[in-house]
Amino acid sequence: MYGLGILKGLSITLKHFIQTFLDDLKRGKSRKKTPQGIAYKQSTELTGLFTVEYPEEKLPVPEEFRYIPFLVYEEEGGEKKLRCTSCGICSKVCPPQCIYIVRSTDPETGKPVPTPAEFCIDVDICMNCGLCAEYCPFDAIKMDHDYEIASFDRMKHNAFDISRLAKPVSYYASIRPGNYKIEEEIRAAKAAAKQGAAST
Amino acid sequence: MSDQPTAAVTAGETFLEWFTADERPGYAGYIVPAERMHEAAEYLKTRKHFDMLTSVTAADYFPEDRIEMIYHFRRSTGGEPLRVKSFLSRENSQIDSLVDLYPGAELQEREVWDLMGVRFTNHPDLRRILTWEGFAGHPLRKDWKEPFYEEEVKPFKSRWPEGKFVRAEEKNPLGDNTRFPAGFDPDTWVPDNDDILYKSMTHVAKAGEDGFDSDTIIVNLGPQHPSTHGVFRMVARLDGETVVDLKPVMGYLHRNHEKIGERNTFLGNMPFTDRLDYICAMSNNFAYALAVEKLLNVAPPERAEYIRVIMAELTRIVNHLVANGFLLNDLGAFFTPVLYSLEEREFILDFFEAVSGSRMMCNYFRFGGVVRDIDENAMKMLKAILERLPRKMDELEKYLTGSEIVRVRAEGVGVLTPEAAIANSASGPLLRATGVPYDLRRADPYSIYDRFDFDICVRYHGDIYDRFMLRLDEIRQSIRILKQAVKDIPAGPVITGKPQYQVRVPAGESYGRVEGPKGELGFYLVSTGKTNPARYHVRAPTFINLTSLAGMSRGNKVADVVTILGSIDIVLGEVDR
Repeated sequence: MYGLGILKGLSITLKHFIQTFLDDLKRGKSRKKTPQGIAYKQSTELTGLFTVEYPEEKLPVPEEFRYIPFLVYEEEGGEKKLRCTSCGICSKVCPPQCIYIVRSTDPETGKPVPTPAEFCIDVDICMNCGLCAEYCPFDAIKMDHDYEIASFDRMKHNAFDISRLAKPVSYYASIRPGNYKIEEEIRAAKAAAKQGAAST
Repeated sequence: MSDQPTAAVTAGETFLEWFTADERPGYAGYIVPAERMHEAAEYLKTRKHFDMLTSVTAADYFPEDRIEMIYHFRRSTGGEPLRVKSFLSRENSQIDSLVDLYPGAELQEREVWDLMGVRFTNHPDLRRILTWEGFAGHPLRKDWKEPFYEEEVKPFKSRWPEGKFVRAEEKNPLGDNTRFPAGFDPDTWVPDNDDILYKSMTHVAKAGEDGFDSDTIIVNLGPQHPSTHGVFRMVARLDGETVVDLKPVMGYLHRNHEKIGERNTFLGNMPFTDRLDYICAMSNNFAYALAVEKLLNVAPPERAEYIRVIMAELTRIVNHLVANGFLLNDLGAFFTPVLYSLEEREFILDFFEAVSGSRMMCNYFRFGGVVRDIDENAMKMLKAILERLPRKMDELEKYLTGSEIVRVRAEGVGVLTPEAAIANSASGPLLRATGVPYDLRRADPYSIYDRFDFDICVRYHGDIYDRFMLRLDEIRQSIRILKQAVKDIPAGPVITGKPQYQVRVPAGESYGRVEGPKGELGFYLVSTGKTNPARYHVRAPTFINLTSLAGMSRGNKVADVVTILGSIDIVLGEVDR
């Protein structure tokens, strides 16, 4: 009673406040805007300040981090070839159904061609659940790591079409090296099995 | 009390002869005639000791002329729920209210009336609860269609493959997406439901002791108020500063999650469950996965079971840290304690992000397992968290529990008696703080909780302080479970069978439930063998826990109402659904 509780409470806050500076002094220059400094802030050893100075400092995202999906394309001799076959599984599995696909048709025969003529994702609706990437049988649609997609006019910019969605395989390999490696192994094994079956 | 044996409920137990067993394939429980439902409930309560009415809901079997009322009764000593149904006609759906026997039915029956259009006779206050008075129709009926209705179930063919991209706003422009009843003009309409609400509250006029006439006043706390943890409104009738009566008003965040769920595919609902109680996404996933797995009759592999328990317990820690932090916020310790709690939460969220890909909207569980394994790096993270947490919990406890301000504000305030808690169908920390050691992990075990050594926390005073302390106790027990799980986790696959994007779920009904951080979180599903659930009901713990709010608040000061609400720990995403 008699306000002792308030004093005790304030002393805790003060202790934390001082501790932050002590921690900063101890760690010197490496504490800010360096990878070590950020790694320290994510480690359970941390005692001082928790916050990072975004956008100068950014927390690294883990490999499985998911944001808006993107379409993977292969670069073969300078030509972009989307892996997407416009089978439509992603648009069927999408819970809010934000994916719109129009299948290409051959202009001469009128028959459908397994590549999308239009592929649109309404990112205002997309809930970043990752089901499209999970159930795509061709590894053609993947979840991106780029979370800085703010724009000035959402009516103009927030419906992503192929030109905005398509990204090279090399980009995919760079953001998700672990997954990429596993998938490439499976693809190589499948190709080998196919070749083996063809040669016999 | 924690090692109380669980009693099997329905095995070998007989009820009155007019309780006919539900023998449709995939269904279970008993059917009683609608006009005898009240009698049946009285019998179950007085003769068979089913003292908790856990869940009240209804399912519409359009185009058949049938609405089923579905009641889940539980015993506070443990065991499986007993499911009792009554069939009503769609035209004249009416049934006796059970509020006089089980006060916990009050909000739930109002919800059924609002969304399903079942009239409860003798209900003390049968008003709409989630939608507004004057809303056209009862939205969960199968023949009710929302404005800009596309198709009965997803995937909507209108969106693919012919569909060109259409922006959602163009289809659903703001201000033009409501439909009104015939003869209703929103411009001239004067809402009278607030008057009804105010009049329904106990009115006490009295002459003051010093000869002045004094009267009670109505005060609205919310919907926009920082203490209400979202858009939630409490209408309090005050005598001076003392609360005479209080009513919760909700629905400001209502989006009819259940109707969305019935349009969605089974799998498509999984990310939607994240958004119910957005602090505990993993627990929501867990309960929904259990409900669908019951219908599918698949069991997850060993490793997945352990991962599920790990995730559920981490979620409990996250929730209790947040709940206690914000409770202190409500007590006036503005944002310092809550940030200390959030620091610890941050590590767990980082772990969730590394494993599931998202910090809060995890979408991590699948039918028959989980999406992906916890890899070695993530496992290291988890071990480091488990090393740090107990230390930090000691620190938090040292700061807060002894604090005289906390004790003066919280001890003996907002008392809930065990009898009232059981009668109000309370669950979770709210119930356990009153001295009832009821935790579904022991009372009606699911997953692999029977393998772990842990105690069911219980406190006996039922006040704010006990609820606060109980959450701290539960964090320690969760850490205990986590340590065992991390030690024992076997290697192996994390999902049974091949992941499928369209599961065909056999016809039937199921009720999957977990002891969520906030209480019993249940999903009642009806499948007709299609890719979409025919009925998808969420038994939201915080919604039902709010039944106790009025009783706890009466007689307290208006400043304490804020902390009482904070100690129930509501999340409006779940209350309003």
